[in-house]
Amino acid sequence: MSNEPKIDLDEVQRIATLARLKLAPREAKEIATNLGDILKYMGQLNEVDTRGINPTSHAIALPTKYRADVASTGMPTTKVLRGAPERIGDGFGVPKIVE
Amino acid sequence: MSKLAEQTISEISTLLNSREISSAELTQLSLDRIEKYDPKVGAYLHIDHDGAKKQAQESDTRRASNNSKGPLDGIPIALKDIFLTDDLPTTCASKILENFIAPYDATVVKKLKNAGAVILGKLNMDEFAMGSSNEHSAFKPVHNPWNLDCVAGGSSGGSAASVAAGLCYGALGTDTGGSIRQPSSFNGIVGLKPTYGRISRYGVIAFASSLDQVGPMTKSVRDAAILLNVLAGHDPCDSTSADVEVPDYTDRLDNKLGPIKIGIPKEYFIKELDSEIAAAVQEAIELYKNMGCEIVDISLPHTRYAIATYYLIATAEASSNLARYDGVRYGTRHDPNQGLIEMYNETRGKGFGLEVKRRIMLGTYALSAGYYDAYYAKAQCVRTLIRQDFQKAFEKVDIILTPTSPNVAFKFGEHQADPIQMYLADIFTVSCNLAGLPGISVPCGFNQEGLPMGLQLLGPVWAEDKVLQCANAFERETNYQQRRPHEL
Repeated sequence: MSNEPKIDLDEVQRIATLARLKLAPREAKEIATNLGDILKYMGQLNEVDTRGINPTSHAIALPTKYRADVASTGMPTTKVLRGAPERIGDGFGVPKIVE
Repeated sequence: MSKLAEQTISEISTLLNSREISSAELTQLSLDRIEKYDPKVGAYLHIDHDGAKKQAQESDTRRASNNSKGPLDGIPIALKDIFLTDDLPTTCASKILENFIAPYDATVVKKLKNAGAVILGKLNMDEFAMGSSNEHSAFKPVHNPWNLDCVAGGSSGGSAASVAAGLCYGALGTDTGGSIRQPSSFNGIVGLKPTYGRISRYGVIAFASSLDQVGPMTKSVRDAAILLNVLAGHDPCDSTSADVEVPDYTDRLDNKLGPIKIGIPKEYFIKELDSEIAAAVQEAIELYKNMGCEIVDISLPHTRYAIATYYLIATAEASSNLARYDGVRYGTRHDPNQGLIEMYNETRGKGFGLEVKRRIMLGTYALSAGYYDAYYAKAQCVRTLIRQDFQKAFEKVDIILTPTSPNVAFKFGEHQADPIQMYLADIFTVSCNLAGLPGISVPCGFNQEGLPMGLQLLGPVWAEDKVLQCANAFERETNYQQRRPHEL
């Protein structure tokens, strides 16, 4: 964070590819400007000395509670599939993955 | 507003029990009001006329045979459109879920139904709960019933506006960085964010999993307690819901406060705080003093880093949580017939709104190779320091008192050009989520333009009972919660 991050359109495209997001040209432009400003604002965290401080991933550490190992009925297939954009039999249909 | 529409859940419950009104009449009244006034407010995304009427009749039948299920039986309630319902659409105010009907009810929805509540419908919100003004709904904005030119706040803006306008008697919201408390303050109602883990999130669409919590939004503190009684508790379907004791929150609500210590953190009284809100909060402090509370000046030194910390953690978690919207199992698909990856890109590009994309991009960046330690890991460490600030403060005081928001409801478009300005609207609410604490917003007055202002009370983890008791004492001494917006 010490070097101010440079967010140009190429960098926006690189992140959009990672995030699987197709951005319209005007969106990419706007996000490039915003991300730069936002990351600059985030840079203030550099002022904080966090040496020796453990990270917090959850505010409250809860012990894992196990439930009894008893079989139960799952969700009916018809309900699971009713929102599918494409169905192939009792499964989800997707575009071809391998040529 | 008609007398009946103004009443609280506890008042209506008495009328139902004494048979002065039936749930069918009450439900019809709510549906009529929605039809008449909601076109101006925009609080509802789906209205379930038939389902609500049927549930009301069933409730009346139970009551007639003395089988009432308790104080929520027959009360018209509405749900933020983030809670899964297997008989109504759930869109999260996003085009990517435009026609989605979930395969099951969220645990909290089941609990409400089991308690006899009548579900009126689903409420508008910022898309995927990302926003502080409700201008980011993919379908329509929510207008503030106190002034239709102003925003309702967000992200649970539909929930807050519907309660304020008498379009339901109570609503469920979710709060990731203030999404229950800030709109509650903008709409002159009570909004409670319970301790992280107090309420099950099974069937609640995830935004940032280490921060999200469900909570009630109501006209009175007692109503919030009544709803929390039904909602709280461990759920085997949600491993992040805590298995800790749940007291009856209405039990000691009216007890005298006693000589409790209330902390006032100096970091919350910044120059950006609206002067009328500052004065109202000062009055509230005096009122607590007169009730015999000891007022203690405290410091939460890392407060100024809370927004940066929050927006890094929340967006990182969101970028991961929202990966599931890929056009495969549910939701909308856009397929340009160029293979799987292009289907993902197109579906997500067309399905998400700009604010959601902006946050996914920020989160993806913060988690990406080379930046993870500098941004995400750093924010997690600062989060520890923010938590420790509160831990130290609660060694000295029982409750912390602050304004809920630095400003009252603002005009449409005011913050839209600059995302950072919009993010700063959450400056007083995000720390509570980072630390996992319970917090409530209660009305503490009206500004010169007649817009509501909110007071925030924060408690130690699992101390909702204390927070509610403290809020109730304030409500008892004031009459702000009795003021309702003029009929629209």
